[in-house]
Amino acid sequence: MTEGSQHITRRKLLQHSASIVALGTAAVILPRVEAEEPGKSVDPMRVPGTLPRPYGERSPFRKESRLGGGGPGAAHGWGANAPNNFNSLTPLQELHGIITPSSLHFERHHNGVPSIDPSRHRLLIHGLVERPLVFTVADVERLPSTSRIAFLECSGNTWDGWREAQDVGVQDTHGLMSTSEWTGVKLSTLLESAGIRREAKWMLAEGSDAAGLDRSVPLTDEVMNEAMICYGQNGEALRPEQGYPLRLLVPGFEGNINVKWLRRLKLGSAPFMTRWETAKYTDLMPDGKAYQFSLVMEAKSVITYPSGQQRIQPGFHEISGLAWSGRGRVKQVEVSVDGGLAWQAARLQEPVLPKCHTRFRLPWRWSGQEAVLQSRCVDETGYIQPTRQALVKVRGTSSLYHYNGIQSWKVDTDGRVRNIYA
Amino acid sequence: MTVTACLLACGLASSARSAEDGAGYGLGRTATEEEIRAWNIDIGPRGDGLPPGQGTVKQGAQVFAAKCAACHGPTGTEGPKDRLVGGQNTLTTPKPIRTIGSYWPYAPTLYDYIHRAMPFDAPQSLSPEEIYSVVAWLLFQNHIIEEHVVIDAQTLPKVQMPNQNGFIPDPRPDVR
Repeated sequence: MTEGSQHITRRKLLQHSASIVALGTAAVILPRVEAEEPGKSVDPMRVPGTLPRPYGERSPFRKESRLGGGGPGAAHGWGANAPNNFNSLTPLQELHGIITPSSLHFERHHNGVPSIDPSRHRLLIHGLVERPLVFTVADVERLPSTSRIAFLECSGNTWDGWREAQDVGVQDTHGLMSTSEWTGVKLSTLLESAGIRREAKWMLAEGSDAAGLDRSVPLTDEVMNEAMICYGQNGEALRPEQGYPLRLLVPGFEGNINVKWLRRLKLGSAPFMTRWETAKYTDLMPDGKAYQFSLVMEAKSVITYPSGQQRIQPGFHEISGLAWSGRGRVKQVEVSVDGGLAWQAARLQEPVLPKCHTRFRLPWRWSGQEAVLQSRCVDETGYIQPTRQALVKVRGTSSLYHYNGIQSWKVDTDGRVRNIYA
Repeated sequence: MTVTACLLACGLASSARSAEDGAGYGLGRTATEEEIRAWNIDIGPRGDGLPPGQGTVKQGAQVFAAKCAACHGPTGTEGPKDRLVGGQNTLTTPKPIRTIGSYWPYAPTLYDYIHRAMPFDAPQSLSPEEIYSVVAWLLFQNHIIEEHVVIDAQTLPKVQMPNQNGFIPDPRPDVR
């Protein structure tokens, strides 16, 4: 992104004001100068500020951006790589709290983001139901609604963890996850409107993108109680990248099954064995067998400050990070500053919600000596986030998905923070 | 994986829900047979939904060269996109190669995926004959069928894929 390209210069603004005045409008009340811009020194107390505007934007001083990405090992960025990017990563190192701004929510799509007119979009429910039904988006929006804050994580998040450690930051390593408040209709409300037949045990969810992405969802009690068909994200309509106008949300399950641009739900007695749950999104083990329908995202955590590629000064720092579990609430997060020899409990920021990012913090005074920062999540089932060594011992290094090992950030004596395996 | 194992692994709801629950909102309308036919594009692992038509290895070579080779390479091995051919006996090695021949478990879902998503720049543009043909060519290239076999709705479900039994239900938590 080029600096300054989006800024209105003082001269342009003056010209704009002058031209509007010449047209005889009330433009004389326009401020003569834009609010302070990078590189300019205007005393904000001595000039009027900007007027209200229809849709807000962040301060021109803020540059947090998603990072374009491709497959494992591919360099991340937007330049020459851009045509090969199939995902974008959230700048976790720059964010506060647990909610990801919608503009910074990670993306993964399999043949681009479709442009969908909601007035033409339909959701079909058929298969093992009593009455196949077609819903408009407006129909769905009229049904009883619910909201929930939940994380979404691509099952390929941290997939470089299976390989050699790269000298990259937390956006590269862990940026394929985000948290939003989602609003929509319970899946059960829609399916029960159509009448679920007794033999229905699985549901095919299909998107109306150019990949026709489709996944089989098991109709377990957990799914029936928690899954939603969403139209809202952080208080407004879904972003196109997140499935506008309708998406499936199965809290705690891998990102790919949360089908976006949802157009069809088909109930069946067995899984549909789509390409996405056979050739992809299955976890190959050292014995040549692959875990299938490995849907839940297991407990995991990462320190977002200090993190890779940052440089810190000796003295006080508040270690801060995110922890989450697809099986429920985070019970505890422990932090080590010596590579896992000693652990201390971090403070958990409320709210601590099931299947949601939880912010943790721990005050720390860096002496200037080498340190290795780690965090370890324990969820309400008692599951403890494993070390990388324990994970690799069981699963080898070829399973691609569902890496949830403890992340290590080494602080060198010059204050540089590096991604290492410890 | 067997369906039974899958159901057990996933802890499926034991009781079906009443069709009456939630049916009282009066929203949504009954779908017509015609609508369902137009939208119901998935092809199941046993071949449910395969359309009429047929294809041969010879025709498939032409379709592949014209519509697929630019991304997958002239023989399906060169890339730059996903490798489709070869890789058998590599799944237990340090560098496993996942292809149709080495990893893909059900032959009919080749039809499903190629129809819905390929070619990448023009999905759903291939005719049933073109899809059956390119499936035949890919199966032949992977040494799964003989060159003379005609692929259609009857023959495709009978094709046994080498890695059909390569998948197990999710056993996690597996790391202690």
